[in-house]
Amino acid sequence: MDIDYIVAHIPMFGKAAFLTISLALAGILLSLLIGLACALVRYFRVPLLHRLIAAYIELSRNTPLMIQLFFLYYGLTRVGIMLEGVTCAIVGLAFLGGGYMAEAIRSGLDAVGRVQIESGLSIGLSRLQLIRYVVLPQAMAVAVPAIAANTIFLIKETSVFSIIALPDLMYVAKDLMKEGNSNESNFMLVVSYLVLILPVSLFFTRLERRMRRAGLGH
Amino acid sequence: MAQHVLEIRNLHKSFGEREVIHGLDLDVRKGEVVVVIGPSGCGKSTLLRCINGLEPIQQGEIFLNGKSITSGKIKWNLVRQQIGMVFQSYDLFPHMNVMENILLGPLKAQGRRREEVEAEAEALLARVGLLDRKDSFPSQLSGGQKQRVAIVRALCMKPEMMLFDEVTASLDPEMVREVLDVILGLADEGMTMMIVTHEMAFAKAVADRVIFMDGGVVVESARPEVFFETPQTERARKFLNTFQFREVRHCLDEDDEDCLP
Repeated sequence: MDIDYIVAHIPMFGKAAFLTISLALAGILLSLLIGLACALVRYFRVPLLHRLIAAYIELSRNTPLMIQLFFLYYGLTRVGIMLEGVTCAIVGLAFLGGGYMAEAIRSGLDAVGRVQIESGLSIGLSRLQLIRYVVLPQAMAVAVPAIAANTIFLIKETSVFSIIALPDLMYVAKDLMKEGNSNESNFMLVVSYLVLILPVSLFFTRLERRMRRAGLGH
Repeated sequence: MAQHVLEIRNLHKSFGEREVIHGLDLDVRKGEVVVVIGPSGCGKSTLLRCINGLEPIQQGEIFLNGKSITSGKIKWNLVRQQIGMVFQSYDLFPHMNVMENILLGPLKAQGRRREEVEAEAEALLARVGLLDRKDSFPSQLSGGQKQRVAIVRALCMKPEMMLFDEVTASLDPEMVREVLDVILGLADEGMTMMIVTHEMAFAKAVADRVIFMDGGVVVESARPEVFFETPQTERARKFLNTFQFREVRHCLDEDDEDCLP
């Protein structure tokens, strides 16, 4: 392996890694918001809306991100909607992640016992106060492991962004491979993803421990 | 004439096809302690849950301090602030310590001042002997301690009346007493209460009136000494007999001859 080649290309990979993590971060934050909203709609069985959400969750989880991106990037141009690559990437990731996060958060909500809700109601809390102070803190503590798995999954999924010509890690590495330095590029690709994802993984391990204490009182 | 805190008229409640309460009438005076007993499935817990709006009713009306809480547009969260309820299962919020559990309702639902409520909470905790546990989490408390905190949490809302739904049913026997003593204390202070329980000795001690329910109706309603000594109906006699039998069995198991009559 050519060390000089690797060192020379670190800035290039650094830039690509920055794009990857920025897109991932934006998409994942949106996923969480979408997931939370969808999970609450399903949990409280909001008429009509909860069926719609169920359909969305199935659609988002059972189609590949690549197809979703193709639809956003190429498909929508047919009806006159032109989205920038960055927009497509974030929207696509949020669309995919929203379904996964909704299920993760719902599993947390389901773990909150009925008597918790009744005792919250019996001290006169409104629905919103009940969700905010009683249900969500406990639900999120239960959902953290699933949210962590989804987050890491979604960061890895960003590797398909290269198909809509975004210069992310995968794109840069593939470019270099064409020049014939595939060993070095592959190596740098793997290291880059590890550098991005390992801290996320460690962060969630610690968060999980803290949430367990804070959310479940032990 | 004594003022009625609670009036129930012709209450009907069903779960799907199955009607569990058939046209029940009941008045509870201010300061009265009404103990509701009866075989399981007789609708006594459901009755309490209807009063607190946890179960929608099909027919009839319930009045709290003369105002209907079953017709028109009801703000249940406001009604529930006037009716404290304690459940059978330990229902404290596990992610909050004892003090936070108690403060949540008064601060968020009632919007009262923290210093004022905290002082009240501490006084109530001291009364139930748990002031030193105010920073503990529910998982660090025994069942009896949790139930006492749950009672304080309901009391801190300054309710008009309290509902107790078999609050000692899941407790270890040695913890039953500490919870019942708290409720006895409340009775002495004149708190209006409805208590569903299977502790017959406790019912005798605390009740101003015993209501025996069976099949979704009030079968008997009498002062405790009258009800327990001379039950008027066959159904009530049979029900009370099962308890005596149980006590006898218990004595035989324990091999303790003193407790046989």
